[in-house]
Amino acid sequence: MNRPARRPLDIRAGRVELAHGAGGNAMAQLIAQVFQPALDNEWLRRGNDQAAFDVDSRRMVMTTDGYVISPLFFPGGDIGSLAVHGTVNDISMAGAVPRYLSASFILEEGFALADLERIARSMGEAAREAGVPVVTGDTKVVERGKADGVFICTTGIGVVPPGIDVSVERARPGDQILLSGSLGDHGVAIMSCRHDLRFETELTSDSAPLHALVAAMVAAGGTALHAMRDPTRGGLAATLNEIAHQAGVGIHLRESAIPIKPAVAAACELLGLDPLHVANEGKLVAFVAPEAAQAVLEAMRAQPLGRDAALIGEAVADPHRFVQMTTGFGGGRIVDWIAGEQLPRIC
Amino acid sequence: MKHVDEYRDGRLARALAERIADAASRGGGRYHFMEFCGGHTHAISRYGLEDLLPESVQLIHGPGCPVCVLPVGRIDSAIRLAERPEVTLCTYGDMLRVPGSRGVSLLRARAAGADVRMIYSAADAVELARAEPHREVVLFAIGFETTTPPTALAIRLAERLGVKNFTVFCNHVLTPSAIQNILESPEVRELGRVRIDGFIGPSHVSTIIGSTPYEFFAEEFAKPVVIAGFEPLDVLQAVHMLIRQVNDGRHEVEIQYGRAVRPEGNEHAKADVAELFELRKSFEWRGLGTVPYSALRLKRAYAQFDAERRFELEDLPGREVPGCQCGAVLRGVKRPPDCKLFGTVCTPETPMGSCMVSSEGACAAHWTYKRFREPRPAALAEGGA
Repeated sequence: MNRPARRPLDIRAGRVELAHGAGGNAMAQLIAQVFQPALDNEWLRRGNDQAAFDVDSRRMVMTTDGYVISPLFFPGGDIGSLAVHGTVNDISMAGAVPRYLSASFILEEGFALADLERIARSMGEAAREAGVPVVTGDTKVVERGKADGVFICTTGIGVVPPGIDVSVERARPGDQILLSGSLGDHGVAIMSCRHDLRFETELTSDSAPLHALVAAMVAAGGTALHAMRDPTRGGLAATLNEIAHQAGVGIHLRESAIPIKPAVAAACELLGLDPLHVANEGKLVAFVAPEAAQAVLEAMRAQPLGRDAALIGEAVADPHRFVQMTTGFGGGRIVDWIAGEQLPRIC
Repeated sequence: MKHVDEYRDGRLARALAERIADAASRGGGRYHFMEFCGGHTHAISRYGLEDLLPESVQLIHGPGCPVCVLPVGRIDSAIRLAERPEVTLCTYGDMLRVPGSRGVSLLRARAAGADVRMIYSAADAVELARAEPHREVVLFAIGFETTTPPTALAIRLAERLGVKNFTVFCNHVLTPSAIQNILESPEVRELGRVRIDGFIGPSHVSTIIGSTPYEFFAEEFAKPVVIAGFEPLDVLQAVHMLIRQVNDGRHEVEIQYGRAVRPEGNEHAKADVAELFELRKSFEWRGLGTVPYSALRLKRAYAQFDAERRFELEDLPGREVPGCQCGAVLRGVKRPPDCKLFGTVCTPETPMGSCMVSSEGACAAHWTYKRFREPRPAALAEGGA
């Protein structure tokens, strides 16, 4: 080692300084004491600016996502676990098996090192649990006031099993629409701890990696599994409108079939929100050919993250690509994109 | 969800729908009822209530959406206030998106540097004024009788705490004068272009003012009023009660929303409002024009909390977007799809008129929940993208 010796970081009381992103000794120390132990794996240990690995597939998927959530810690998760789950899920929605992640941290000067360590540990745990290592990363520090604590970008790659082609434009009239569980848990959990709203609830975020659920669905549905997406920002309403537009189909939903927890329904009622517009971080919606729908639904229900899966509607031929719903009351209505912003920085 | 689900029960709805169809066919005529409140408009659209009504029963959307009726000039005044370097302007969420003259909204003003904050309750603005004593915190107060008592309480709170940097830009308006204005408008009275056989009366507003204020015009204009809750079954039941009144030749004020409304209203809230506020001689409403004695301002004794006095605000002549039919929509003279801007350049994403902003606005409700019912030009088919 040709580096001068430094005192160890004071993780309990220390704070992020501009030097921690300057490429010098301080940055090496931050990586060695905070990120390396939390995310440890053979690729990171080699200490390169990139990671090299072999891949056993002809077809790969790649995705990237930025996480700017406020607050950083919320019931059921934090920005670290969310940054793993969100990207793992985006890969899984192609029917793919997630393999590797990269992580880029943008830290604000003055951010508590104890919080950073907590986030890094949570990220490491989420990555180990999902079996998807963070193999390379980057750290930048910006001046106080130029960011809000920490922003994280993760990029992921995954491999697609042979013969599988899950893509949103493959949704077609007649497809049955399956939802993996109850809506709105993440958004309501976040809102409950926002400074200006703050209400008491036992709800926790549904943030979770969906790749095992997807693997079971791929095994049960094969090529009959046409399209999947995770309804994050904008909720189920935005996701279904996106699919309707990209695939050129209409959608009919049955409100009474859509699972929503009483606590979520109550919070939405109070805040004047539509649960269909509220964000989720551990749910997916799938379009499946009718002959395979039952088998896929049963495969979902056999998985812990698909226990409450439900058949909520079907795709129909409609040149207007409307998402319509029969309300629990018996009338019909459109399910629209949310206009404007329901709540900024939900993920 | 207890205390909510029982008012959204599909089975009860179908039974009630049958009774409505029955009563309507017994009467034999056509029925045109105006729901005054945006809350009712929203419930009707969101639950698809029109699907449960016979063709002979028509619902006409009224002007009871607080952000919809505020004239462009008042929004321009709020924006001018927010642009002053010392001012922090606080208001409720929907108000941020309403376009003023030249399409500039408070949200745009904020993006350009104005200090505009969204609050959830009037008391939050007082808290903010205490937390930031060097700022002039102005509450852009809007709404019907329901939101006036919270503004009164916020002023009382500021007075008690000795908060000097808190003022209210008061735009509180009154429901009964607006209903009367609609009934006196030439379209209803002389031209007969709009037929109104009765009113679904406001729910939350009536919890404050009670049912007696409606008695004058029910009698004078021979129009039945049924004060109804905002749940879908409430609305259906009110429609049934109105049809029965019309069939019987009655024009009374009835309370369907008995679980929350008493004839005398809320005496405490009324007393608070009466102590702090006085009637304006006239106030401009979007759509209705200048309506006498239809709005409130702070009494002289509370002048120190009056933003109009502290900042010497003048009435600005607002300019509506050319072609915007919000005025006619608010009077029930036109339906949202009758407007050329509806769904072409004016959508909830890019609202041109106020009725497209709030989820209680007739245009936003129609676009968001009901546009599949319209035979549409190609532009509408794209929707929402």
